[in-house]
Amino acid sequence: MNPSPAAVAATARANGLAGRTLGLLRNMFLRLGVLPFMLVIAFVVFSTLSDQFLTVQNLVNLLRQSVYLILVSLGQMLALVTGGFDLSVGTVMAITSVVSAMAMQSLGVALPDATWVVVLVGCMCGLLAGLTVGLVNGIGIAFIGVSPFIVTLGVQSIGFGIALFLTGGVPVSGLPSEFSDLFGFGTLLGVPIPILVTAVCVAGIGILMGRTPTGTHLLAVGGNAKAAALSGIDTRRVLLVAYLLCAGLAAVSGLLLTARVETGEANLGGTVALESIAACVIAGVSLRGGIGRVPNVVMGAIFIGLVQNGMNLASVGSYLQMVVLGALLIVAVVADQLRHRMVMPGGH
Amino acid sequence: MSAATAPLLHTVALSKRYPGVLALDGVDFELLAGEVHVLFGENGAGKSTLISLLAGAHAPTGGEIRLRGEAVKFSNVHDARRLGISAVFQEFSLIPTLSVAQNLSLGDEPCKGGLLDRRAVHERARTMLADLGFELDPKAPVSGLTRAQQQMVEIAKGLRGDVAVLILDEPTASLTDKETKRLFELVARLKARGVGIVYISHRIQEIAQIADRITVLRDGRKIATVDAATTSADRLIELMSGRKIEQIYPHIANRPGAIVLQVDGLSSPNGVRNASLVVRRGEVVGLAGLVGCGKSELFRAIYGLDSVSEGKVTFNGQLRTNATVRKLLDEGLVYLPPDRKAEGLVLGFTSHANITLPLVSGPLRGHGGWLRKRLARKLATDAAARVELAPRNLDRPVALLSGGNQQKVLFGKGMTREAALYVFDEPTVGVDVGTRSALYKVIQSLCEGGAAVVVISSDLPEVLHLSHRVYVMCRGEIAGELQGDDINESRVLNLFFASNESTS
Repeated sequence: MNPSPAAVAATARANGLAGRTLGLLRNMFLRLGVLPFMLVIAFVVFSTLSDQFLTVQNLVNLLRQSVYLILVSLGQMLALVTGGFDLSVGTVMAITSVVSAMAMQSLGVALPDATWVVVLVGCMCGLLAGLTVGLVNGIGIAFIGVSPFIVTLGVQSIGFGIALFLTGGVPVSGLPSEFSDLFGFGTLLGVPIPILVTAVCVAGIGILMGRTPTGTHLLAVGGNAKAAALSGIDTRRVLLVAYLLCAGLAAVSGLLLTARVETGEANLGGTVALESIAACVIAGVSLRGGIGRVPNVVMGAIFIGLVQNGMNLASVGSYLQMVVLGALLIVAVVADQLRHRMVMPGGH
Repeated sequence: MSAATAPLLHTVALSKRYPGVLALDGVDFELLAGEVHVLFGENGAGKSTLISLLAGAHAPTGGEIRLRGEAVKFSNVHDARRLGISAVFQEFSLIPTLSVAQNLSLGDEPCKGGLLDRRAVHERARTMLADLGFELDPKAPVSGLTRAQQQMVEIAKGLRGDVAVLILDEPTASLTDKETKRLFELVARLKARGVGIVYISHRIQEIAQIADRITVLRDGRKIATVDAATTSADRLIELMSGRKIEQIYPHIANRPGAIVLQVDGLSSPNGVRNASLVVRRGEVVGLAGLVGCGKSELFRAIYGLDSVSEGKVTFNGQLRTNATVRKLLDEGLVYLPPDRKAEGLVLGFTSHANITLPLVSGPLRGHGGWLRKRLARKLATDAAARVELAPRNLDRPVALLSGGNQQKVLFGKGMTREAALYVFDEPTVGVDVGTRSALYKVIQSLCEGGAAVVVISSDLPEVLHLSHRVYVMCRGEIAGELQGDDINESRVLNLFFASNESTS
């Protein structure tokens, strides 16, 4: 069977066009990872499922809801680029929440007139408690050399237990209303305070990663820890900084969320470890360490928020949402592996 | 000049003890300014340990290091660098995910007002590379560079700042001829500037070309320091191994028989291009080439560990292109991987368990699926005897054995059944001379017993002395085949770079 020359030419052209489109998509995948594709798919799916999805009000709402995860994901990125990860971010949020709330509650009784002092000291106590968790992680991983998986898994359980023990499992109420009014619902020049705080943190981590030696060192330790040490980098200090900052960001997130819900809760951030790792991996942060970009991670966290928001609007139950989230994480890791293989042919 | 008489760097009874081993035993080493001093020795002789102490990567457990007559102590690589001692290690100290420029400034980033001065990082990289005449893009990520290019970045990084002592650990291992020439010019320029250079190499030819003095190490001790101009290659090998050459390499009788393996025009996605070869019973076939030339990849594709995209593999007269490992193993092809720790052995298992592992689903399966323990014991003991593994090592976890004994276990694993073809990929990496000659005797008995043997090796003397025929690979292709008297160092080295010269 000999096809006519015209038919052959037509097929070739069709192949050429399809080939070029595929090539373009392939390049985009190599450069940007799986996130742009997932965003497009999510937008298409959710705007078909619900009319309210693509409204300005919903999208602003989405951004406001996403700030908590953005903060935690930034921290998670720091741990991931060094080649580890932090499963205890949820615990940091819980401890921060419970400790700051209890401090404010008891101080509020002692100093009923000095509200701002109470809020300030409460926040400080919460942040310190969160950083302590990070310090324990950092010491365990950097100085004792236990794997990040074990240290943060153990610390996650310890911290959660302490938070529950402190509160007896009951939410801590009676916080000064000023705290919630400012950090939960306040605005400055029309911009919600949580968004402002997050913007400052994003900028700070952006500068840290792109504009300071420490940022390069974080990437270097994750890229090849031995080589980094041979280059005169104090890898232990770098790891400690990573886990401290990770906990610090989760603590800020915990404070903002406490202000939003107006109580100190041990159950805050129960799923945030999984969500933040998913957000990072979808954003192209390598699980092998050494690769991670701040803007992408912010987009990744917003994406996770968007999926949850869309599923809520489409009235997908919370049980099914867990299934979707887990599946997304695995898809993202598989895509990451695929990309790694395409970037480094013949690599390991 | 008094500087010419006082050594630049001097070690006195330098020792290093790792748990269980004395890696370096009282070594006195002396480096003059403007001298190339080669360290020569087998794997495990202590060369790497010595340079790791000189470079500050590890601290000595005894003795001292003197720089310009003064005793110095380094607590890390940075300390040594500050005093002008810089090392280019064989394992790359580059971060693959960062750019060339970022790597060149790593650990010493230029800052402006506490923030990274990105322009200065880039500018510095440009001038460093231009000084050395390396044509590399400072913005390129290191993961995208070839090994040779990475080596250039590594050397540039080593020369950052004021360097009085430069340590080069097998710098030419992955360089082409042309790049090697350029490196030697660079070394000559540094010498003229009065830099002292410690140079590790296995290549005798190269040593003759570049060395002023040679210090030979064996088992962690200094054997001798000799003048390069007046010492022959054979003398060096004897000093290195402590035996006459004939004592290490057995004479293997060559009685070529039927063709066991025939490969026609094989190409693979892992980088082998159009490779053809034959292997006969009763002969040892060597496969030589630089790191990354595709010699390992060729046999991984034949053995079914990687895929074959083009060409034919015929084993024992049957077409076996893209056959499974299981099938080839059952038909009598034994392949021992180059990296015993990563691929060859289960480190937590005993030697006995490792040796019998391939047999568990085969001959060791008794009635009702029960394991035949007594037979396993017998087979493991027999295999251990063949490779001269002491019986007491059979019940010890492999992780606790020395490199040499681990390699014997790996060999033992291949000896538990009769095979038509044995493929040894880097059979003696990191083992002592004693083990080496034991393993060569195993190869001898296999070959003289009528099996076919393929030795894939980056260790040139090994290939030269064992093989009856040698294929040399270069850039994924078979660059040539040598036989009989043609099997010598210069012929093989020419072929190493054969296709490089035609393309560049």
